[in-house]
Amino acid sequence: MRAFRSFESLEDPQAGLAWMQRILVNAHRDRVRKDSRTVPEVPVEEVDEFSLYRTLADEDPLPYSDSLHVDFLHSFGREDVHEVLMRLPEIYRAPLVLRYMQGFSTKEIAKLLDAPLGTVLARLHRGRKLFEKELWAYANEADLLHAGVER
Amino acid sequence: MNAGERMIPCSQAVRELWDYLDQRLSPEEQSEVERHLAFCRRCCGELEFAKQLQRFLASHGADEIPPDVKEHLERLVEEL
Repeated sequence: MRAFRSFESLEDPQAGLAWMQRILVNAHRDRVRKDSRTVPEVPVEEVDEFSLYRTLADEDPLPYSDSLHVDFLHSFGREDVHEVLMRLPEIYRAPLVLRYMQGFSTKEIAKLLDAPLGTVLARLHRGRKLFEKELWAYANEADLLHAGVER
Repeated sequence: MNAGERMIPCSQAVRELWDYLDQRLSPEEQSEVERHLAFCRRCCGELEFAKQLQRFLASHGADEIPPDVKEHLERLVEEL
């Protein structure tokens, strides 16, 4: 695909480029790997029921916070967000990053990843849920909620 | 609420919130979500948090890729 070849020829040394290259190249590999049996789709029932908003309200991990949900998000530094994203399967991470971090439209993403629009939309939905779930898991594992709002 | 208007459950409203924010729902689906939000404080909280999450992702996205690279990517998309 010309887009990927052109993109790989860029010489900008900044980390963002490597990050985006990795996303696009891996997505490209996913596309080439046509056998759908190898794509690690996540079962619907495992993630669709999860709500980070509700989990935070129920667990109340920052009892002294007046704005719990915002403070929870503010406890994540740049590296933490990167770590959480890297926990997501590639097929969900690529659309999520391209849509919500880079601002591409869903139609553009479908072209970039050479996937049907419906597939992109379904993976965006699943990716958002997985991202919420991994934010919560990572915050607990990395003890962010004690470092919390001071970060 | 009129007699013929369906009230969707919270599970469906939450499932459709991001598409609602992205304006990807049909007019009928959008009305269903809005009717639900008018009656459900918890889902209003879910909606506000979805907006916060979108802003959160967008703010970190700006760190992840330089503007010139993004511009280049956009040109590539146009060429596809």
